[in-house]
Amino acid sequence: MTDVTSLTAAQIAGLVASGEASAAEVTRAHLDRIAAVDDRVHAFLHVDTQGAVQAAEAVDRRRAAGEELGPLAGVPIAVKDVLTTRGVPTTAASKILEGWRPPYDSTVVERLRAAGTVMLGKTNMDEFAMGSSTEYSAYGPTNNPWDLGRIPGGSGGGSAAALAAYEAPLAIGTDTGGSIRQPGAVTGTVGAKPTYGGTSRYGLIAFSSSLDTPGPCARTVEDTALLHSVIAGHDPRDSTSIPQPVPDVVAAARLGATGDLTGVRLGIVSEFNGEGAEPGVMAAFRESIEALTKLGAEVVEVSCPNFQYALPAYYLIAPSEASSNLARFDGVRYGLRAGDDGQRSLEEVMSMTREAGFGAEVKRRIIIGTYALSSGYYDAYYGQAQKVRTLITRDFESAFERVDVLVSPTTPFVAFPFGSRTADPYQMYLSDLYTIPTNLYGGPAISVPCGLSEGLPVGFQIMAPTMADDRMYRVGAALESAVGTFTPPAL
Amino acid sequence: MTTFALPSYDEATSRYEPVIGLETHVELGTNTKMFCGCPTEFGAEPNTQVCPVCLALPGALPVANRAAIEATIRIGLALNCSIAEWCRFARKNYFYPDMPKNFQTSQYDEPLCVDGYVDVEVDGETVRIGIERVHLEEDTGKTLHVGGATGRIHGATESLVDYNRAGIPLVEIVTKPVPGIGAKAPEVAKAYVAELRDILRSLNVSDVRMEQGSLRCDVNTSLNLPGAEWGTRTETKNVNSLRSVERAVRSEIIRQAGLLDAGGSILQETRHFQEDTGDTRPGRSKETATDYRYFPEPDLVPMAPDPAWVAELKAALPELPRVKRARLREEWGVSELDMQSIVNAGAVELIEQTIAAGASAAGARKWWLGELARRANESGQELSMVGATPAQVAELQGLVDAGKINDKLARSVLEGVLAGEGDPAAVMAARGLEVVSDTGALTAAVDDAIAANPDIAAKIRDGKVAAAGALVGAVMKATRGQADAKTVRDLILERLS
Ligand SMILES: [Zn+2]
Repeated sequence: MTDVTSLTAAQIAGLVASGEASAAEVTRAHLDRIAAVDDRVHAFLHVDTQGAVQAAEAVDRRRAAGEELGPLAGVPIAVKDVLTTRGVPTTAASKILEGWRPPYDSTVVERLRAAGTVMLGKTNMDEFAMGSSTEYSAYGPTNNPWDLGRIPGGSGGGSAAALAAYEAPLAIGTDTGGSIRQPGAVTGTVGAKPTYGGTSRYGLIAFSSSLDTPGPCARTVEDTALLHSVIAGHDPRDSTSIPQPVPDVVAAARLGATGDLTGVRLGIVSEFNGEGAEPGVMAAFRESIEALTKLGAEVVEVSCPNFQYALPAYYLIAPSEASSNLARFDGVRYGLRAGDDGQRSLEEVMSMTREAGFGAEVKRRIIIGTYALSSGYYDAYYGQAQKVRTLITRDFESAFERVDVLVSPTTPFVAFPFGSRTADPYQMYLSDLYTIPTNLYGGPAISVPCGLSEGLPVGFQIMAPTMADDRMYRVGAALESAVGTFTPPAL
Repeated sequence: MTTFALPSYDEATSRYEPVIGLETHVELGTNTKMFCGCPTEFGAEPNTQVCPVCLALPGALPVANRAAIEATIRIGLALNCSIAEWCRFARKNYFYPDMPKNFQTSQYDEPLCVDGYVDVEVDGETVRIGIERVHLEEDTGKTLHVGGATGRIHGATESLVDYNRAGIPLVEIVTKPVPGIGAKAPEVAKAYVAELRDILRSLNVSDVRMEQGSLRCDVNTSLNLPGAEWGTRTETKNVNSLRSVERAVRSEIIRQAGLLDAGGSILQETRHFQEDTGDTRPGRSKETATDYRYFPEPDLVPMAPDPAWVAELKAALPELPRVKRARLREEWGVSELDMQSIVNAGAVELIEQTIAAGASAAGARKWWLGELARRANESGQELSMVGATPAQVAELQGLVDAGKINDKLARSVLEGVLAGEGDPAAVMAARGLEVVSDTGALTAAVDDAIAANPDIAAKIRDGKVAAAGALVGAVMKATRGQADAKTVRDLILERLS
């Protein structure tokens, strides 16, 4: 048997279903891989060896009993540490939650368990999902398997790196401004942000409630679609969850894989003209457009004039919501408590706890958000940003009257060396220039590897209308069929 | 702090015109909390009615309770409000340990119900109180400070938080400012809260128990010189009974008048009503004005009550207290003023239930407004908490009507009932209070009285029937009051005719 860690999730599921491999041995192989490489990659904050082995054995027992298994039963998966996992440490990569073991599963994790996937552990990320490089993790950064001296993207760098390092065939991320797609792009993996409300936020430790979206990550478009179909769908515990059936993303991915895009209209955003982007990234993007055209797609340029305001609007809305969402971390009920010596007042203990527990970037955003919501500033900042959000939504809506999907590079640059963008927050924020508009609109988008620039992966982003997630899978799979997949050098 | 002389209430209201406003919080009686499925029962062991949502565990999300939204709309409709076609929850951000999220999910500039009114009767006059808004929010937990002498945070060694109450649906009802009511301000305030309580009770949306905190009241008061602009208002919290509402307004009017008389100015501040002294004291002063940084709650979708549903709720509203009182006044045959004293005593439902249990309107009224009202007053209790049920009162009056006891004996029976000795008939039997109706025994007592008072007997024989009273008294004394006075009188006249 070939090394199962090199297989796709669909292949592994097939082996488990047919009995050619047991879930237990598949899981053991991945745990061995983690043991072999994760000291260099640091994709995981916590590996749940015992839980994984038990879950795998349960799948094997069910199979032996002749029970029907789901399409991903027995497939190992890595989960971003921002989703609650019952009894398994969940920290959001923050010191303030060090050692916290949630008493409940997030809806996404609940569905993963029900589907028979095997959770290997929790992956590294920027603290509270605030960042684009995992350099803001309180537990040290994750290293990009393509070049261990470079960032794996963020905030979901751990999940993407785990895929690229063959530590897991599937992973879960969350995308608030690009935290699934940008790590996918810079690690040569696939990452999809579903329609906002298409996947449940219940149990997702909130960064920005109106933007946060859990989503699937994998090494192939089909695997990503399979995982998408397992975690998506209405959840009554999340009021913003959409009570509609999930589009058939798996069928769309399989249709796209046939390589026929006849009649599909792609829109290139004229405002994303490559200014500030690396030439190698733009070159790979243009070559991909040519490849898609050869598959029958029609390409037109569309203008989205308000996209230029997306970044500033995002950096008011997200920190504003974060300043309120993170207020609950006060040392009273769970997590870190600092300074409680029996003498200090409650206010002092709360303040010392937050001072000690939050990292610099989290504090920066709490302060920005607190300021933006303050009376006297609300209208000029938060209120104005909401208006921009409405305008961006209109840009998307009018674009989708002319085209089926919008396309762009996922991020302006390939994986950058550690420390190269931490000095100036704005340089870091530019990573999400192309991904943020989608979050403000609420639609779905996917990043698919499309080439290399100076030996490092470049991502191609496909944005679709809300609840038309299937469209991006079709185009993404077609692109994958044309350009292939990208494997990093051996670790 | 400088001291100043306080004027009398009459002096204060002769010089200044008060303007009042009331903010009332009502805990809804829904089975589950506002944003989670936890039960809402009062008095459970601390932190047994909690879950990830109401403890604000990381990742937990709220889901709005439809029953609470429905109850709020019904309250709005009963208060003649317009119901918003579209509105949102908002986050009110501030740090407090009994508020698990460190923000309260409330409503800000988009309340569910706006612009209504409620009419109340004071001294036979109708006063219309404008309703600014009715909105829905969630309650906080409760903090208990232990180890200190005072039970307050200062000096306590530990602070314990009970989150059972956190997330219970709370409706806030805010009046518009009420000017032009002069010296009647305290009574108007009390009448408003009483009316509101009765409306909420008739809607069956809350148990409206002020003493348990399910109905809580803040009173705003300001004074101005006649014709001048309204003065600076203070907000008095901790007003936990109808009587306290009246006392709080009265004492705040006197305090502010004294301060203004002395040339001082009123500080816009939160004050706390002191149940023991009846006055108000300044609350803990905040160093800076709180900026709640309100913004629309992104975890909840907007509320857009279907107009057809609202119309249905409106059509299904119960008979409201004011309408009901007019009907009962008619049925009971009482004057407007009498009806008002029944209302003021909190006796409408009690009398109604007593009549339903078989008593006459006059009989029911007599007990609830008489002996029982007196006892409630003495003990400072609500009439409904005084210890007798409508069924017991009906039974008591039934014994009187059947001639088994007279009014004086009935009061002794009532005493037994209130002391927990059982229902009236049982108390009567146990205490041996039944009227002596056996004419043989009575005749002997009458004959004894006639023999002992020959002069009086002679007068009666001479036709001076009025003199019989003295002999009745003697017989009653001899039977220790257990005889029926009319029977005794008839017997005496019969013996001496
Ligand atoms: Zn709860």
